[in-house]
Amino acid sequence: MSAWPAWTVVIPLVGAFASWLVGRKSAFVAIASALATVGVTVVLALEVHARGTVLHRVGGWGAPLGIELRVDGPAALLLVVLGIVTALTSASAVAHFPMGRRRSTFITLWLIAWAGLNALLVSADLFNLYVALELITLTSVGLISLGPSRESIRAALQYLLVAILGSLGYLLGVALVYGECATLDVALAGERLARGTVSSAAFALVAAGLSLKSGLFPLHAWLPSAYANAPSPAAALLSGVLGKAAFVVLYRITGETFPLVLDAAPAQIVGVQAGAAIVWCSLLALRQRRLKMLIAYSSLAQIGYMFLAIPIGTPLARAGALYIAISHAAASAAIFTATGALERASGNDSIDALPGVAQRNPLTFFSLAIGGVNLMGLPPTGGFIAKWLLVRAALESGQWWWAVVVLVGGLIAAAYVFRVLREAFVPAVPLPATADAPQLAEVVSLLLAAVSLLLGVSPSWPLSLAMQSLGEGP
Amino acid sequence: MSQWILYAASAAATVAIAGVGAFVAVEPVRRLLSINIAYSGVFMAFVALARRTTSGEADPVPHALVLTGIVVSVSSTALALSLTRRLVRATERSGRDSSSSPDEREA
Repeated sequence: MSAWPAWTVVIPLVGAFASWLVGRKSAFVAIASALATVGVTVVLALEVHARGTVLHRVGGWGAPLGIELRVDGPAALLLVVLGIVTALTSASAVAHFPMGRRRSTFITLWLIAWAGLNALLVSADLFNLYVALELITLTSVGLISLGPSRESIRAALQYLLVAILGSLGYLLGVALVYGECATLDVALAGERLARGTVSSAAFALVAAGLSLKSGLFPLHAWLPSAYANAPSPAAALLSGVLGKAAFVVLYRITGETFPLVLDAAPAQIVGVQAGAAIVWCSLLALRQRRLKMLIAYSSLAQIGYMFLAIPIGTPLARAGALYIAISHAAASAAIFTATGALERASGNDSIDALPGVAQRNPLTFFSLAIGGVNLMGLPPTGGFIAKWLLVRAALESGQWWWAVVVLVGGLIAAAYVFRVLREAFVPAVPLPATADAPQLAEVVSLLLAAVSLLLGVSPSWPLSLAMQSLGEGP
Repeated sequence: MSQWILYAASAAATVAIAGVGAFVAVEPVRRLLSINIAYSGVFMAFVALARRTTSGEADPVPHALVLTGIVVSVSSTALALSLTRRLVRATERSGRDSSSSPDEREA
């Protein structure tokens, strides 16, 4: 038994308080904790890859009384990739915020959010998942409120009120599960839960709460303004990493606690929501005039692809959803970071201000393009692997209509990505007078784009982790 | 057993009424209050669950969960209230767009 899972939570948490205490020099604490945390997650992933699921009983107490931390293949994969994306995104925050109180506040909140995310990924306890979700919610709200304008505070407040309403649904569902099974362990509850009214009602409550929290159609309207009004590094973190937390919880508990409900009506309702999210939010993305709003709506469409794993329900579909989660994390963080750099240079994020970008900021343009290709789901990016898995899973399970939805979503994504890239390619004569884009942010967005490319070029290692708990090879 | 059903039913009713209130409310403070009442309903459901043991003694786990839940809900309420105050102050400072300020609509 190894204690690595606990360290993934402890290190960022200690780093958060240290960075708050040192104040001005918080960037050094941030670098040290980021390196240590990513290192621990990589060690953990190697161990899971070699020897299977890692189990840690906190304080030596096992289930059903104690709290267990469990890291299986998918959790290890998410720990590593989301960790790398989180670490890179924070580097662009150093470029965004000048040295001072706001920077150290950002770093503290970012590290607590990271600790919450890791706690969520390693938890095998329904109530622990709730606490980790709330930790992520509260820090996300803090990150949004660091934005420049009054609109940021308004968006942060709205985000908080909607998110705690979502948690309420989840908590009520957990109460029903506990009343039925007398345990909070994710897998043990799954063994004891019988098919019936109670398990369907519990799943419906949990799914409604978590889909509200992730902004799944038709409960999505509140989310884009939060992404668009947050400071760019926070927006990258939210849309890339933290916005997936609620989905990861649902992914985990549909697999272990509610496998019986998957072919029932509530799962199909989630499927309809997911399909509508893919088509409708992509169409809305097409209509936006601000780049940040466009990316926000496209993030909501990508959330829809992830939720398709629930109605399709096969192991292949679950691997596909997981792959969407990691490749979109890297791609959307890359795009948001690149947009932040362009916004710093030209003063706004309007799509009409894009001409000349390909001449002036070729690095940023390149990462924008790679991120866009990922959203379309074309090779050689991770987005292609993910959509290919989803389409194959839909066809193999005989539910071909989900494959059609995936392909239509890819087409609309191509339309809005090409709209952005065409504007950026238009040469501007003369070049508008602009400030320099922060170099650090440009490099960070390129590295994030490289991660999403790498996931497409060498998918065998991540795929073997994604399918590990299912007892299949890649 | 019938006593348990009474508790569970009133918990469900509380959550339902306050949940509708939270969706219907426009003002942040009113929505926050509705959410708080709905949380009380959820906690009541947990407390009621503690009675459903075969031994006849109360199950301590739901009580521990409710304590943690109260801590979480108090801190998120505090965060929401402080954000509301900041929003009101920022609105007063800028002096425009007062129609969408939360305290103006309450008045």
